[in-house]
Amino acid sequence: MAARGKDPQSPAPLDPQAHTESTAALLRELVAHLRQNRTQLREEWARRITRAQLLTAMTEEEIFAEATSVYDNYVEALETGTFEALQAYARNLSERIIPRGVETHEVVGIVLLLRDVLARSLFAKYHEDFDKLNRILDAYEPAANRIANTVAVGFVQERERIIRQQQEAIRELSTPVLQVRERLLILPIIGVIDPQRARQLTEQLLRAIRTNRAKVVVIDITGVAAMDSNVANHLVQTVEASRLLGATVIVTGLSPEIAQTLVTIGVDLSEMATVGDLQGGIEEAERLLGYKVLPLEEVAPKA
Amino acid sequence: MEVPILKQGLYLIASIQSALTDADLSQLREALIQRVGKFRARGVIVDVTALDVMDSFAVRTLRDIAHMARLRGAETVIVGIQPEVAFAMVQLGLTLKGVSTALDLEEGLAFLDRQAQDRVERTRGRIIRG
Repeated sequence: MAARGKDPQSPAPLDPQAHTESTAALLRELVAHLRQNRTQLREEWARRITRAQLLTAMTEEEIFAEATSVYDNYVEALETGTFEALQAYARNLSERIIPRGVETHEVVGIVLLLRDVLARSLFAKYHEDFDKLNRILDAYEPAANRIANTVAVGFVQERERIIRQQQEAIRELSTPVLQVRERLLILPIIGVIDPQRARQLTEQLLRAIRTNRAKVVVIDITGVAAMDSNVANHLVQTVEASRLLGATVIVTGLSPEIAQTLVTIGVDLSEMATVGDLQGGIEEAERLLGYKVLPLEEVAPKA
Repeated sequence: MEVPILKQGLYLIASIQSALTDADLSQLREALIQRVGKFRARGVIVDVTALDVMDSFAVRTLRDIAHMARLRGAETVIVGIQPEVAFAMVQLGLTLKGVSTALDLEEGLAFLDRQAQDRVERTRGRIIRG
Protein backbone atom coordinates (compact mmCIF):
# COMPACT_ATOMS: atom_id res chain seq x y z
CA MET A 1 0.00 0.00 0.00
CA ALA A 2 1.26 3.48 -0.79
CA ALA A 3 2.66 5.55 2.04
CA ARG A 4 0.16 7.82 3.63
CA GLY A 5 0.75 11.44 4.59
CA LYS A 6 0.75 12.33 8.28
CA ASP A 7 -2.34 14.06 9.52
CA PRO A 8 -0.98 17.17 11.22
CA GLN A 9 -4.15 18.17 13.07
CA SER A 10 -5.63 15.14 14.80
CA PRO A 11 -3.50 12.02 15.16
CA ALA A 12 -6.25 10.21 17.07
CA PRO A 13 -9.90 11.06 17.64
CA LEU A 14 -10.68 11.90 21.26
CA ASP A 15 -14.17 10.47 21.47
CA PRO A 16 -14.37 6.77 20.50
CA GLN A 17 -18.15 7.01 20.04
CA ALA A 18 -17.79 9.81 17.56
CA HIS A 19 -15.04 7.86 15.89
CA THR A 20 -17.20 4.79 15.28
CA GLU A 21 -19.99 6.96 13.99
CA SER A 22 -17.74 8.68 11.56
CA THR A 23 -16.34 5.30 10.50
CA ALA A 24 -19.85 4.11 9.74
CA ALA A 25 -20.54 7.27 7.78
CA LEU A 26 -17.31 6.89 5.87
CA LEU A 27 -18.07 3.29 5.06
CA ARG A 28 -21.49 4.35 3.77
CA GLU A 29 -19.85 6.88 1.54
CA LEU A 30 -17.37 4.27 0.42
CA VAL A 31 -20.07 1.76 -0.40
CA ALA A 32 -21.96 4.36 -2.38
CA HIS A 33 -18.81 5.05 -4.34
CA LEU A 34 -18.23 1.37 -5.01
CA ARG A 35 -21.83 0.87 -6.12
CA GLN A 36 -21.62 3.82 -8.46
CA ASN A 37 -18.49 2.62 -10.17
CA ARG A 38 -19.46 -1.03 -10.06
CA THR A 39 -19.14 -1.80 -13.78
CA GLN A 40 -15.89 -0.02 -14.29
CA LEU A 41 -14.15 -1.35 -11.15
CA ARG A 42 -15.34 -4.85 -11.79
CA GLU A 43 -13.95 -4.80 -15.29
CA GLU A 44 -10.69 -3.38 -14.07
CA TRP A 45 -10.48 -6.17 -11.52
CA ALA A 46 -11.24 -8.93 -14.03
CA ARG A 47 -8.57 -7.44 -16.32
CA ARG A 48 -6.01 -7.47 -13.55
CA ILE A 49 -6.87 -11.08 -12.70
CA THR A 50 -6.26 -12.12 -16.28
CA ARG A 51 -3.07 -10.08 -16.50
CA ALA A 52 -1.71 -11.65 -13.29
CA GLN A 53 -2.49 -15.05 -14.84
CA LEU A 54 -4.63 -16.12 -11.93
CA LEU A 55 -7.55 -18.53 -12.29
CA THR A 56 -6.08 -19.92 -15.49
CA ALA A 57 -8.36 -22.93 -15.16
CA MET A 58 -11.38 -20.72 -15.85
CA THR A 59 -12.53 -18.97 -19.04
CA GLU A 60 -12.69 -15.20 -19.25
CA GLU A 61 -16.50 -15.19 -19.10
CA GLU A 62 -16.44 -17.34 -16.01
CA ILE A 63 -13.91 -15.09 -14.34
CA PHE A 64 -16.08 -12.09 -15.13
CA ALA A 65 -19.22 -13.78 -13.78
CA GLU A 66 -17.49 -14.84 -10.58
CA ALA A 67 -15.85 -11.43 -10.27
CA THR A 68 -19.27 -9.81 -10.42
CA SER A 69 -20.73 -11.88 -7.61
CA VAL A 70 -17.59 -11.63 -5.49
CA TYR A 71 -17.64 -7.88 -5.99
CA ASP A 72 -21.28 -7.59 -4.91
CA ASN A 73 -20.72 -9.78 -1.89
CA TYR A 74 -17.63 -7.77 -1.04
CA VAL A 75 -19.51 -4.49 -1.13
CA GLU A 76 -22.33 -5.97 0.87
CA ALA A 77 -19.94 -7.18 3.55
CA LEU A 78 -18.45 -3.68 3.69
CA GLU A 79 -21.89 -2.17 4.01
CA THR A 80 -23.40 -4.47 6.62
CA GLY A 81 -20.20 -5.25 8.50
CA THR A 82 -21.38 -8.86 8.88
CA PHE A 83 -19.40 -11.65 7.35
CA GLU A 84 -21.73 -14.64 7.57
CA ALA A 85 -23.16 -14.20 4.08
CA LEU A 86 -19.68 -13.68 2.67
CA GLN A 87 -18.40 -16.73 4.53
CA ALA A 88 -21.19 -18.87 3.09
CA TYR A 89 -20.51 -17.45 -0.35
CA ALA A 90 -16.78 -18.12 -0.04
CA ARG A 91 -17.47 -21.71 0.91
CA ASN A 92 -19.91 -22.12 -1.94
CA LEU A 93 -17.44 -20.58 -4.38
CA SER A 94 -14.64 -22.84 -3.13
CA GLU A 95 -16.84 -25.87 -3.57
CA ARG A 96 -17.31 -24.94 -7.21
CA ILE A 97 -13.76 -23.97 -8.09
CA ILE A 98 -11.66 -26.47 -6.09
CA PRO A 99 -12.56 -29.41 -8.34
CA ARG A 100 -11.32 -27.32 -11.27
CA GLY A 101 -7.86 -27.10 -9.79
CA VAL A 102 -7.88 -23.57 -8.44
CA GLU A 103 -5.05 -23.11 -5.94
CA THR A 104 -5.00 -21.31 -2.62
CA HIS A 105 -2.57 -18.64 -3.83
CA GLU A 106 -4.96 -17.79 -6.68
CA VAL A 107 -7.90 -17.20 -4.40
CA VAL A 108 -5.87 -15.13 -1.97
CA GLY A 109 -4.36 -13.35 -4.97
CA ILE A 110 -7.67 -12.28 -6.50
CA VAL A 111 -9.06 -11.01 -3.19
CA LEU A 112 -5.91 -8.97 -2.60
CA LEU A 113 -6.15 -7.68 -6.19
CA LEU A 114 -9.69 -6.52 -5.55
CA ARG A 115 -8.52 -4.78 -2.40
CA ASP A 116 -5.82 -3.01 -4.39
CA VAL A 117 -8.17 -2.07 -7.23
CA LEU A 118 -10.64 -0.54 -4.80
CA ALA A 119 -7.93 1.24 -2.86
CA ARG A 120 -6.60 2.70 -6.13
CA SER A 121 -10.03 3.98 -7.02
CA LEU A 122 -10.21 5.63 -3.62
CA PHE A 123 -6.87 7.31 -4.24
CA ALA A 124 -8.16 8.55 -7.56
CA LYS A 125 -11.36 9.87 -6.07
CA TYR A 126 -9.94 11.58 -2.99
CA HIS A 127 -6.49 12.60 -4.12
CA GLU A 128 -7.49 16.25 -3.78
CA ASP A 129 -8.46 15.87 -0.15
CA PHE A 130 -5.64 14.09 1.57
CA ASP A 131 -7.19 14.18 5.00
CA LYS A 132 -10.42 12.61 3.76
CA LEU A 133 -8.51 9.95 1.89
CA ASN A 134 -6.70 9.11 5.05
CA ARG A 135 -9.88 8.65 7.05
CA ILE A 136 -11.57 6.71 4.29
CA LEU A 137 -8.63 4.34 4.14
CA ASP A 138 -8.71 4.01 7.93
CA ALA A 139 -12.28 2.80 7.65
CA TYR A 140 -11.70 0.73 4.56
CA GLU A 141 -8.52 -1.16 5.34
CA PRO A 142 -9.54 -3.13 8.45
CA ALA A 143 -12.79 -4.17 6.79
CA ALA A 144 -11.04 -5.11 3.56
CA ASN A 145 -8.41 -7.12 5.42
CA ARG A 146 -11.05 -8.95 7.31
CA ILE A 147 -12.86 -9.78 4.10
CA ALA A 148 -9.66 -11.08 2.51
CA ASN A 149 -9.07 -13.13 5.63
CA THR A 150 -12.60 -14.55 5.64
CA VAL A 151 -12.46 -15.60 2.01
CA ALA A 152 -9.02 -17.19 2.33
CA VAL A 153 -9.95 -19.06 5.50
CA GLY A 154 -13.22 -20.20 3.91
CA PHE A 155 -11.33 -21.52 0.92
CA VAL A 156 -8.75 -23.36 3.00
CA GLN A 157 -11.41 -24.85 5.25
CA GLU A 158 -13.37 -26.10 2.28
CA ARG A 159 -10.21 -27.59 0.84
CA GLU A 160 -9.44 -29.36 4.10
CA ARG A 161 -12.98 -30.67 4.27
CA ILE A 162 -12.64 -32.13 0.77
CA ILE A 163 -9.29 -33.68 1.66
CA ARG A 164 -10.78 -35.28 4.78
CA GLN A 165 -13.70 -36.59 2.78
CA GLN A 166 -11.40 -38.09 0.15
CA GLN A 167 -9.17 -39.67 2.78
CA GLU A 168 -12.23 -41.30 4.25
CA ALA A 169 -13.29 -42.56 0.83
CA ILE A 170 -9.83 -43.91 0.05
CA ARG A 171 -9.69 -45.64 3.39
CA GLU A 172 -12.98 -47.38 2.76
CA LEU A 173 -12.03 -48.36 -0.76
CA SER A 174 -8.66 -49.62 0.31
CA THR A 175 -9.78 -52.61 2.34
CA PRO A 176 -12.01 -54.83 0.25
CA VAL A 177 -12.78 -58.25 1.69
CA LEU A 178 -13.77 -60.52 -1.19
CA GLN A 179 -15.31 -63.93 -1.25
CA VAL A 180 -13.73 -66.15 -3.94
CA ARG A 181 -15.41 -69.42 -3.00
CA GLU A 182 -17.89 -70.50 -0.44
CA ARG A 183 -16.20 -70.00 2.95
CA LEU A 184 -13.02 -68.59 1.41
CA LEU A 185 -12.22 -64.87 1.63
CA ILE A 186 -9.33 -62.93 0.22
CA LEU A 187 -8.09 -59.62 1.54
CA PRO A 188 -5.64 -57.90 -0.80
CA ILE A 189 -3.76 -55.13 0.98
CA ILE A 190 -2.22 -52.41 -1.16
CA GLY A 191 -0.17 -49.42 -0.07
CA VAL A 192 1.04 -48.12 3.24
CA ILE A 193 -0.44 -49.58 6.40
CA ASP A 194 -0.62 -47.15 9.31
CA PRO A 195 -1.92 -48.20 12.72
CA GLN A 196 -5.35 -46.71 12.04
CA ARG A 197 -5.72 -48.52 8.74
CA ALA A 198 -4.43 -51.74 10.24
CA ARG A 199 -7.08 -51.53 12.92
CA GLN A 200 -9.85 -50.81 10.46
CA LEU A 201 -8.66 -53.65 8.28
CA THR A 202 -8.84 -56.12 11.14
CA GLU A 203 -12.30 -55.00 12.18
CA GLN A 204 -13.59 -55.28 8.64
CA LEU A 205 -12.04 -58.71 8.18
CA LEU A 206 -13.48 -60.07 11.43
CA ARG A 207 -16.94 -58.81 10.54
CA ALA A 208 -16.66 -60.35 7.06
CA ILE A 209 -15.58 -63.70 8.53
CA ARG A 210 -18.74 -63.72 10.56
CA THR A 211 -21.16 -62.62 7.85
CA ASN A 212 -19.66 -64.88 5.17
CA ARG A 213 -19.09 -67.78 7.58
CA ALA A 214 -15.55 -68.01 6.28
CA LYS A 215 -13.27 -70.87 7.24
CA VAL A 216 -10.15 -69.74 5.43
CA VAL A 217 -8.87 -66.24 4.72
CA VAL A 218 -6.01 -65.40 2.37
CA ILE A 219 -4.36 -62.06 3.16
CA ASP A 220 -2.27 -60.94 0.21
CA ILE A 221 0.34 -58.29 0.96
CA THR A 222 2.07 -58.21 -2.43
CA GLY A 223 1.13 -54.53 -2.66
CA VAL A 224 2.68 -53.59 0.66
CA ALA A 225 6.09 -52.05 0.13
CA ALA A 226 7.36 -51.89 3.70
CA MET A 227 6.40 -53.13 7.10
CA ASP A 228 7.58 -52.21 10.58
CA SER A 229 7.29 -54.15 13.80
CA ASN A 230 4.01 -52.43 14.79
CA VAL A 231 2.29 -53.44 11.59
CA ALA A 232 3.78 -56.93 11.73
CA ASN A 233 2.51 -57.40 15.26
CA HIS A 234 -0.87 -56.16 14.18
CA LEU A 235 -0.88 -58.73 11.41
CA VAL A 236 -0.10 -61.45 13.93
CA GLN A 237 -2.97 -60.19 16.09
CA THR A 238 -5.30 -60.26 13.11
CA VAL A 239 -4.34 -63.87 12.45
CA GLU A 240 -4.97 -64.75 16.10
CA ALA A 241 -8.33 -62.94 16.23
CA SER A 242 -9.44 -64.70 13.04
CA ARG A 243 -8.54 -68.03 14.59
CA LEU A 244 -10.75 -67.20 17.58
CA LEU A 245 -13.61 -66.91 15.10
CA GLY A 246 -12.70 -70.31 13.73
CA ALA A 247 -11.01 -69.14 10.53
CA THR A 248 -7.54 -70.08 9.34
CA VAL A 249 -5.45 -67.27 7.87
CA ILE A 250 -2.88 -67.71 5.12
CA VAL A 251 -0.60 -64.78 4.38
CA THR A 252 0.78 -64.53 0.86
CA GLY A 253 3.07 -62.29 -1.15
CA LEU A 254 5.66 -61.30 1.43
CA SER A 255 8.30 -59.45 -0.56
CA PRO A 256 11.98 -60.30 -0.04
CA GLU A 257 12.48 -56.94 1.70
CA ILE A 258 9.63 -57.53 4.13
CA ALA A 259 10.78 -61.07 4.83
CA GLN A 260 14.24 -59.78 5.67
CA THR A 261 12.95 -56.96 7.83
CA LEU A 262 10.62 -59.23 9.79
CA VAL A 263 13.36 -61.73 10.54
CA THR A 264 15.86 -58.99 11.37
CA ILE A 265 13.56 -57.20 13.82
CA GLY A 266 12.60 -60.54 15.30
CA VAL A 267 8.81 -60.63 14.93
CA ASP A 268 7.48 -64.03 15.92
CA LEU A 269 5.68 -65.37 12.88
CA SER A 270 5.69 -69.03 13.86
CA GLU A 271 1.91 -69.01 14.27
CA MET A 272 1.39 -67.64 10.79
CA ALA A 273 0.87 -69.79 7.71
CA THR A 274 2.63 -68.16 4.77
CA VAL A 275 2.62 -69.09 1.09
CA GLY A 276 4.69 -67.46 -1.64
CA ASP A 277 2.07 -65.93 -3.89
CA LEU A 278 -1.68 -65.39 -4.05
CA GLN A 279 -2.20 -68.34 -6.38
CA GLY A 280 -0.40 -70.67 -4.02
CA GLY A 281 -2.37 -69.24 -1.12
CA ILE A 282 -5.71 -69.85 -2.81
CA GLU A 283 -4.65 -73.40 -3.77
CA GLU A 284 -3.64 -74.09 -0.18
CA ALA A 285 -6.94 -72.66 1.03
CA GLU A 286 -8.87 -74.87 -1.39
CA ARG A 287 -6.99 -77.87 -0.12
CA LEU A 288 -7.95 -76.97 3.45
CA LEU A 289 -11.58 -76.60 2.39
CA GLY A 290 -11.51 -79.95 0.55
CA TYR A 291 -11.77 -78.51 -2.97
CA LYS A 292 -9.78 -79.87 -5.84
CA VAL A 293 -9.65 -77.97 -9.10
CA LEU A 294 -9.30 -80.20 -12.16
CA PRO A 295 -9.22 -79.43 -15.90
CA LEU A 296 -12.50 -80.44 -17.59
CA GLU A 297 -10.83 -83.17 -19.71
CA GLU A 298 -9.73 -84.98 -16.59
CA VAL A 299 -13.20 -84.89 -15.09
CA ALA A 300 -15.25 -85.84 -18.17
CA PRO A 301 -14.14 -89.46 -18.80
CA LYS A 302 -15.02 -90.55 -15.27
CA ALA A 303 -18.60 -89.25 -15.56
CA MET B 1 -26.53 -67.89 37.15
CA GLU B 2 -25.95 -71.53 36.39
CA VAL B 3 -25.11 -72.46 32.81
CA PRO B 4 -27.26 -75.26 31.38
CA ILE B 5 -25.27 -78.21 30.04
CA LEU B 6 -27.02 -80.23 27.35
CA LYS B 7 -26.08 -83.70 26.19
CA GLN B 8 -26.24 -84.21 22.44
CA GLY B 9 -25.09 -87.62 21.29
CA LEU B 10 -21.45 -87.96 22.29
CA TYR B 11 -21.09 -84.25 22.96
CA LEU B 12 -21.83 -81.87 25.80
CA ILE B 13 -23.01 -78.38 24.94
CA ALA B 14 -22.75 -75.53 27.44
CA SER B 15 -24.45 -72.41 26.17
CA ILE B 16 -23.58 -69.29 28.14
CA GLN B 17 -26.57 -66.96 28.11
CA SER B 18 -25.40 -63.92 30.06
CA ALA B 19 -22.35 -62.41 31.70
CA LEU B 20 -20.95 -64.76 34.35
CA THR B 21 -19.28 -64.07 37.65
CA ASP B 22 -15.99 -65.75 38.48
CA ALA B 23 -17.86 -68.16 40.78
CA ASP B 24 -20.27 -69.11 37.96
CA LEU B 25 -17.33 -69.80 35.69
CA SER B 26 -15.64 -72.04 38.23
CA GLN B 27 -18.91 -73.86 38.75
CA LEU B 28 -19.28 -74.35 34.99
CA ARG B 29 -15.76 -75.77 34.81
CA GLU B 30 -16.39 -78.26 37.58
CA ALA B 31 -19.77 -79.34 36.23
CA LEU B 32 -18.39 -79.86 32.73
CA ILE B 33 -15.35 -81.86 33.79
CA GLN B 34 -17.46 -84.03 36.01
CA ARG B 35 -20.05 -84.70 33.33
CA VAL B 36 -17.48 -85.55 30.68
CA GLY B 37 -16.81 -88.70 32.68
CA LYS B 38 -20.41 -89.34 33.64
CA PHE B 39 -21.76 -89.26 30.08
CA ARG B 40 -18.58 -90.64 28.49
CA ALA B 41 -18.60 -87.57 26.25
CA ARG B 42 -16.10 -87.34 23.39
CA GLY B 43 -16.54 -83.63 22.81
CA VAL B 44 -17.41 -80.40 24.65
CA ILE B 45 -18.77 -77.25 23.04
CA VAL B 46 -18.86 -73.98 24.97
CA ASP B 47 -20.99 -71.39 23.18
CA VAL B 48 -20.05 -67.81 24.10
CA THR B 49 -22.14 -66.03 21.43
CA ALA B 50 -24.00 -64.06 24.11
CA LEU B 51 -20.84 -62.64 25.70
CA ASP B 52 -19.76 -59.19 24.60
CA VAL B 53 -16.93 -58.97 27.11
CA MET B 54 -14.38 -61.58 28.01
CA ASP B 55 -11.91 -60.90 30.84
CA SER B 56 -8.70 -62.73 31.62
CA PHE B 57 -10.37 -65.00 34.18
CA ALA B 58 -13.01 -66.11 31.69
CA VAL B 59 -10.37 -66.82 29.07
CA ARG B 60 -8.25 -68.76 31.55
CA THR B 61 -11.25 -70.79 32.67
CA LEU B 62 -12.10 -71.67 29.08
CA ARG B 63 -8.52 -72.74 28.47
CA ASP B 64 -8.55 -74.82 31.67
CA ILE B 65 -11.79 -76.49 30.63
CA ALA B 66 -10.25 -77.46 27.30
CA HIS B 67 -7.09 -78.87 28.86
CA MET B 68 -8.90 -80.71 31.66
CA ALA B 69 -11.51 -82.17 29.28
CA ARG B 70 -8.70 -83.41 27.03
CA LEU B 71 -7.19 -85.25 30.02
CA ARG B 72 -10.58 -86.86 30.54
CA GLY B 73 -10.78 -87.89 26.88
CA ALA B 74 -12.94 -85.15 25.33
CA GLU B 75 -12.02 -82.53 22.75
CA THR B 76 -13.26 -78.96 23.48
CA VAL B 77 -14.32 -76.27 21.01
CA ILE B 78 -15.14 -72.69 21.93
CA VAL B 79 -17.73 -71.32 19.51
CA GLY B 80 -19.36 -67.97 18.79
CA ILE B 81 -16.67 -65.51 19.87
CA GLN B 82 -17.84 -62.09 18.64
CA PRO B 83 -15.51 -60.16 16.28
CA GLU B 84 -15.16 -57.28 18.75
CA VAL B 85 -14.42 -59.68 21.58
CA ALA B 86 -11.82 -61.49 19.47
CA PHE B 87 -10.11 -58.22 18.63
CA ALA B 88 -10.10 -57.09 22.26
CA MET B 89 -8.75 -60.46 23.37
CA VAL B 90 -5.75 -60.45 21.06
CA GLN B 91 -4.96 -56.87 22.02
CA LEU B 92 -4.87 -57.96 25.66
CA GLY B 93 -2.78 -60.98 24.71
CA LEU B 94 -5.52 -63.46 25.68
CA THR B 95 -5.30 -65.77 22.71
CA LEU B 96 -6.58 -69.17 23.91
CA LYS B 97 -3.46 -70.96 22.67
CA GLY B 98 -3.96 -74.67 22.14
CA VAL B 99 -7.73 -74.44 22.29
CA SER B 100 -9.88 -75.13 19.23
CA THR B 101 -12.35 -72.48 18.13
CA ALA B 102 -15.18 -72.39 15.61
CA LEU B 103 -17.56 -69.82 14.21
CA ASP B 104 -20.79 -71.13 15.72
CA LEU B 105 -22.48 -74.19 17.17
CA GLU B 106 -22.96 -75.81 13.78
CA GLU B 107 -19.29 -75.41 12.89
CA GLY B 108 -18.30 -76.67 16.31
CA LEU B 109 -20.32 -79.86 15.87
CA ALA B 110 -18.84 -80.38 12.39
CA PHE B 111 -15.36 -79.92 13.82
CA LEU B 112 -15.94 -82.52 16.56
CA ASP B 113 -17.40 -84.98 14.03
CA ARG B 114 -14.31 -84.58 11.90
CA GLN B 115 -12.06 -85.11 14.92
CA ALA B 116 -13.95 -88.26 15.90
CA GLN B 117 -13.59 -89.61 12.38
CA ASP B 118 -9.85 -88.91 12.38
CA ARG B 119 -9.56 -90.75 15.66
CA VAL B 120 -11.45 -93.75 14.29
CA GLU B 121 -9.19 -93.88 11.25
CA ARG B 122 -6.08 -93.61 13.36
CA THR B 123 -7.22 -96.39 15.63
CA ARG B 124 -8.18 -98.63 12.72
CA GLY B 125 -4.77 -98.08 11.17
CA ARG B 126 -3.09 -99.05 14.38
CA ILE B 127 -5.13 -102.20 14.77
CA ILE B 128 -4.46 -103.33 11.22
CA ARG B 129 -0.80 -102.57 11.55
CA GLY B 130 -0.64 -104.45 14.86
